[in-house]
Amino acid sequence: MAAPTDLDYVSFGTPLELLSEDEPLKRPVPLQEQTVKDERGRIQRFHGAFTGGFSAGYFNTVGSKEGWAPSQFISSRQQKAEKQVFQPEDFMDEEDLAEHGIAPREIMTTDDFASLTKDQIRSKAQALSVLAAPIPGATVLEDLIAASRISIGVKLLRKMGWKEGQGIGPRVKRKLQRQRNGAGLRLYGCALPPEDSDKSEEEDDAYIPENVTFAPKDVIPIDFTPKDNLHGLGYSGIDPGKAIIGGVLEEHIHLFSVESERTSNLLGSEGGYSTRKIGVSGQAFGVGVLEEEDDDIYGTESLSRYDTVIGEEEPGDSMYGWSAPYEYSKKNAEFIKDIAYAGRILEGFTKPAKSLSIKKIYLPPELPRDYKPVHCHPILPTSDTGYQKSSDLMTSCRQMEQAAVQNSRHQMNAVLRRNLIEEPTLPGPSSVFDLLSNEAKNRIKEVKQAAEQKQLSQSLPSCIQTVSNNEALRAWQNICGDEIGTFKPFEKIPEKQARYEKYISKLKQGRSDALETSLDSQMTEWERGREREEFVRAAMLYKPSNSTLASRFTQGKHEDDSENVYVVRDHEDDLNDKDEAVKMKMFGQLTRDTFEWHPDKLLCKRFNIPDPYPSSSIVGLTKVKKDKYSVFNFLNVMENAKPHLKQSQSELSTDQKPDKASTPLKSNRRSRWDVPGKENDKKDSLSEFITLARSQSLSERQGSQPDSSEPAIVPKEQTPPTLDDLEEKRPSMDLFKAIFANSSDDESSSEGDSNDEDNQQGQNKSSLIKDPTSLIECQEPCENKTKETFSNKEECQPTKSSDTSENLATEEQFGPRLPPVIPDGTVSLSSGSVFPETIKRKYKEKQNKHKPKMDHKQKRYKKKKKHKKHKHKSKSKKKIIEGCTSSSDSTENSGSDTGASSSVLSTEVLLKRIKSLPTKT
Amino acid sequence: MAFPQPKPEKAEMPSKLLRTVDCKQGAVRAVRFNVDGNYCLTCGSDKSLKLWNPYRGIVLKSYTGHGYEVLDADGSFDNSQLCSCGSDKAVILWDVASGQVIRKFRGHAGKVNCVRFNEEASVIISGSIDSSVRCWDTRSRRPEPIQIMDEAKDGVSSLQVSEQEILTGSVDGRVRRYDLRVGQLFSDFTGSPVTSVSFSKDGQCMLSSSLDSTLRLIDKDTGELLGEYTGHKNSKYKLDCCFSDKDTHVGSCSEDGKVYFWDLVEGSLALAFSIGSGVVQSLSFHPRESKLLTAMEGNVQLWGKQSDEEEMVD
Repeated sequence: MAAPTDLDYVSFGTPLELLSEDEPLKRPVPLQEQTVKDERGRIQRFHGAFTGGFSAGYFNTVGSKEGWAPSQFISSRQQKAEKQVFQPEDFMDEEDLAEHGIAPREIMTTDDFASLTKDQIRSKAQALSVLAAPIPGATVLEDLIAASRISIGVKLLRKMGWKEGQGIGPRVKRKLQRQRNGAGLRLYGCALPPEDSDKSEEEDDAYIPENVTFAPKDVIPIDFTPKDNLHGLGYSGIDPGKAIIGGVLEEHIHLFSVESERTSNLLGSEGGYSTRKIGVSGQAFGVGVLEEEDDDIYGTESLSRYDTVIGEEEPGDSMYGWSAPYEYSKKNAEFIKDIAYAGRILEGFTKPAKSLSIKKIYLPPELPRDYKPVHCHPILPTSDTGYQKSSDLMTSCRQMEQAAVQNSRHQMNAVLRRNLIEEPTLPGPSSVFDLLSNEAKNRIKEVKQAAEQKQLSQSLPSCIQTVSNNEALRAWQNICGDEIGTFKPFEKIPEKQARYEKYISKLKQGRSDALETSLDSQMTEWERGREREEFVRAAMLYKPSNSTLASRFTQGKHEDDSENVYVVRDHEDDLNDKDEAVKMKMFGQLTRDTFEWHPDKLLCKRFNIPDPYPSSSIVGLTKVKKDKYSVFNFLNVMENAKPHLKQSQSELSTDQKPDKASTPLKSNRRSRWDVPGKENDKKDSLSEFITLARSQSLSERQGSQPDSSEPAIVPKEQTPPTLDDLEEKRPSMDLFKAIFANSSDDESSSEGDSNDEDNQQGQNKSSLIKDPTSLIECQEPCENKTKETFSNKEECQPTKSSDTSENLATEEQFGPRLPPVIPDGTVSLSSGSVFPETIKRKYKEKQNKHKPKMDHKQKRYKKKKKHKKHKHKSKSKKKIIEGCTSSSDSTENSGSDTGASSSVLSTEVLLKRIKSLPTKT
Repeated sequence: MAFPQPKPEKAEMPSKLLRTVDCKQGAVRAVRFNVDGNYCLTCGSDKSLKLWNPYRGIVLKSYTGHGYEVLDADGSFDNSQLCSCGSDKAVILWDVASGQVIRKFRGHAGKVNCVRFNEEASVIISGSIDSSVRCWDTRSRRPEPIQIMDEAKDGVSSLQVSEQEILTGSVDGRVRRYDLRVGQLFSDFTGSPVTSVSFSKDGQCMLSSSLDSTLRLIDKDTGELLGEYTGHKNSKYKLDCCFSDKDTHVGSCSEDGKVYFWDLVEGSLALAFSIGSGVVQSLSFHPRESKLLTAMEGNVQLWGKQSDEEEMVD
C-alpha cells in the first residue's frame, strides 16, 4: 500500500544502528595521547615548532638530517650532471601544495566533453576582458577565427536523428502531445468545459494521418542555481557587460527569442556576441561617438510581441525535463485534471493519496429572529424610588465620565470605587487600628513580649493556666456588652456551654476565682482540669477585642468539623447480584450502574463540549458528608463479596508462601496484574475479614457445612495445627458490625485513621478550644494507653498464628479505597456509643491473632508510630510498655500497634468513661 | 449520488504476513497505528518508544526519556505529538519531529497502563495501576491533572477516548464510560478483570476483553450484551482486542501465539492464524484498511490481505 509520498524516498543500504543514549560517552583523549597522522595514516612525530614541526628529522623524512633528499652526484664522461633547475614545487610535498593553493594536476574533461556552462563562464570573462582591453573589440578577430566546436553531446544527438530546434525525447503522436498540452495548461478563472478541447482535437484529427509522429517540443531545462547571496528573490545586480554594451537592447531580444538563442548555444556558436555592437551604447547614454544609428531611442515595442492570451504561453509543460515526482506517477493525467481548476500544486508538493478524514463541524446555534446583539438594562420600576434610582444612576454616570477625564480609575482608591458603585460600607470600623483602644495599643508591646513567653509556656503547659488565667481576667474585666452571645465554643454540649458562660460572666465582674467556681464540682479531678484549661484558652482566644473584629465576619452556617468526611454518595453496589447476572448473561440493567458524574469545567472546555452541569461546582461523583470514623462508609462492597469467600479464606489461612513475604511492594496498591494467577481472590483485607466473618456466621447458622468451625478455613495445602483452635468461635455479623462501628477509637488498620488520631492527640495537647467533642477525644489517649498495654501484654506471649496473614497486612495498608455505605444509622465515634466490652475483647483477640507480619519498611514505620504514642502515655505505664514492645519487637509480631485497637479497657478507664457519659449528649 | 452505494464486498481479513520487523528494543509491549495508519509506534521494554514506517520496516525516530518500560503510546490527530506512558509512573508528551520531551506528567502512584489523546490532543488521559484515570492538560503548564477519576476499585488496564466519552476498563471487572456531554458515568460489570476495551467505529458498541478468555460486545446505551466471543486464551496477561476497519469483525490477541477474528454479527470464529510460539502481546488494526499489526516478543508483524503482496515487495 505504497502511498506515492512514500515512494518518493529511496533508502540505500542498511541503516546505521541508532545511538542509544544509555551507552557511556567516549572519554576525550588526553592531549598527550593525541596523535597526528598524515594522509596515509602514518603517525607523525612532533619535533617542536622551531625545529621542523612535524616533518623533520630522520624518522619522518626522506631520510636525511636536513629533511630533503640531496641531489645525487652523477659524474660520468658521457653524462655530465645536467644543470637542474628547481621549481619551488619540487621541494613541496602534497600537503604543501594543497596549503599553497597549487592546483593538483589531475584528469580533466576536454573541451569536447565539457559542458556548455563552463563555456558560458569563459565567454563572459572574455567579454569583460574585451571591455578592459586597450583597444575595444580586439578580440573580435579571435572570435572570428576560432574554430567552431561542436560538443560531443550534440554530435551524438545529431547522429541519432536530432535536428536543431527540436526537443529531445521519443517522437510522439499528435494526440498525446495534445493531451500533454492540456495537462500543462494554466487556467485562470473558471474551468472550461472539457468537451470543447475534445471537440477541437477531434477536428484536428480529421485531417491528420494516423501514423505521423512528431518530435517533442524543445524546452528549456530549469536552471537550479542555488541562491547564495542575500539579495531578494529574482534580483540580479546590474550587469556591466550589458549596461555598457547596449544591454537593454540585448535584453529585449533575449526575452522573445529565448528559444533560438538556446539552440544556438547548444550548437556552441556564440551568435549573441557576433552580432553585438561594441562600445558604449544604450539608451541611457544617448548616442555614442562610435555609433551611427540614432534609432530606437524610446525603445518602443509593438504590442504584437506580447501575448494577448493568458496561458498557452508555451505549448508543452515548461517543467518538462525536471523530474518532479508527480510527473511520472501513473494516474498523473487524470489527477492533474482534477486539480487543474484549483491552480497548480506547489512545486515539491504532491496531492495525498488519502485525504484526511473531515472533522465534524457543528453549526453554531441559530439565533432567534428577534435577537438583538445589544444588552438592554432591565427597566426600572416606575415608582418614585425607581425614578430616584435611575436619576441617581444617570448623575453618577455623568460624574463618572467627568471623573474619568480627570483621573482614571487606577488613581482611585477602594473607597472611591465603592462609592461609585454605591456599595454599602462594611460593617464595623474601617481600620484595624480603630479597633484598638489606647490600652490595647499599649498591650501590643506586652503581647510581643508575651509571645516569647508563650513559646516557653507551650512547652510547659502547667504554667500556662495560671498565667493566662490572669490575662483572661484582664482582658474581660472592662467589657460590659454581652459578646458572649455571638460566640459559643461549646454549643454542642449545653451544660458545658452554660458553665463557660458562667465563667465568662464572672470574669467580667473581675473575680479572680471565676474559673474554680464555675466548674462542676461533681466532675472528676481530671475532667475538671481539662475543662479549666479549655475555658481559659477559649476565653483568651475569643476575648472581646476579637469580638469587635468579629463584627466584620458572619458566622458560617455549617461548622466544618473534622469529624466528617466527604464520601461518594453513589457507589456500585451489589456485586453479588451482578455476578449472578453475568453468569446468566443477563447484561443490561442488572449489570449497569449509572451515576451523575460531573466533569471538570476545564475538561469540558478542552473537549469542546458544553458543561452538562454549568451551575454545579462538584467535580466527579456527587459526594455526601459522612462521619469520618464510621467504617460503614467503606463497608459496602465486602458485604456482597460472598462469591470470593472460599478463595479468600483459603488464602487467608494458607498464605505462607515465602515469595509473597519476600516480594517488596512495588506500588502502593496491589493489582491483579502483579499476581496474575490469583486475580479473583485478591480482595481488600477488610473485606476479607468481613467475608470471613460473615461466612462463619452463616455457616454456623445454617449448619450446612458439616464442621462449622473448620471446613471453611481448611486450606488446600497445609494448615498450621493451631489455627483451628484459634478460629474456633466466630461471632455473628451483628457483632462485627458493632465492633466496626466503634473501630474508630480502636484506631484500626488504615494509616489515615491512625494519623488522624495522632493529629488529634496533638490537638488535644495544644488547643482544645473549639471542638465540642474534644472531651471525648481527650479521653481517647488514656483509653488507648490501656488498650495498648493490654495488647502488648498479649503479644509478649508468642502468638501462634502470626504467620497466617502477612499478605493481609500489606493489603490492609495499601488496598484500594472502599466505597461507603448506608447514609443513616451509622454508628460513629462522635455519637459516643460504647459497645459491650466483652465483644470488643473477643474481636480484638481475634484480630491480634491475625496480626500480620510486616516487611521491614512497615515495621520501621510502625515503630516510629509507636514512639509517638509513647509520648502520650503516662510515665508510669511507659516502663511496662517499653518492656513489652521490646520483647514484642524481638518476636516477629511487631505489627501489634496497628491494632492498638486490640484489647480490653481497664476497669479504671471504664469507670471514667461511665462517669463522663452524661456529659455527652 | 443518486445511485445507491454498491454492496460492499466482503471484507477480507488480514492473514498474509507482509513483513516482520525486529524492533531491537526488548519486548514490544504495545504496537499502535497512528491516526491515518501510515506509521506505527512500538513501546519497548528497554525504555524506548519508536516510530516506524511498518510498510518499509524502517525506524523513523526513537524516543528515549522514559525511566522504565514503556507500556502504551498514542499519536495525536495531526501527527505532531506523541504521548506515552510506562512503568516509571510518568506520562510523557513528545514532539514527533525533534524527538524531545515536551511535557512529563507525574502524579500516578503506580505504573501507567494506558494512555490516549483526546480528539484534539488537548488532553492526555492516562489510566494506571493505582486505579485512577487522570486527565492531563497539554495546553497549559500546570503540573497537576485537570481531573482524576478514581472510581475504579482496581487498576485501570485500558482506556479509549472518543469525541465526548472516556471508556475505561478496570481490573475490578467493570467497564466505565464517562460521558462528558451527558454528565454521567455508566459502569458495566463484566464479571472478570477487563484487559482491554474498545469503541466500535460507529460509536454504538463497546468491546471488552477479560481474563476469562471472553470478548464481550456491549451496547453502549443500554449495557446489554450483544455478543460473546470465545475460543482464544487470555487468563494471565493484558492483551488487546480490536474492531476491524469496517466493524465487520472483532479480533483479539491470545496467549497461545495466535490472533483470532470473529464475525461480529454471527459470533463465529472467522479466522485464527498463528504468529509464533509466544504470547501475542499487542495488536493494532489499521483505521481504514485491512491491515493488522501484531507484536510478539521483540518483533512486530504486519499482516495484510492476500492480494496485498505486490505492492509491498521492495
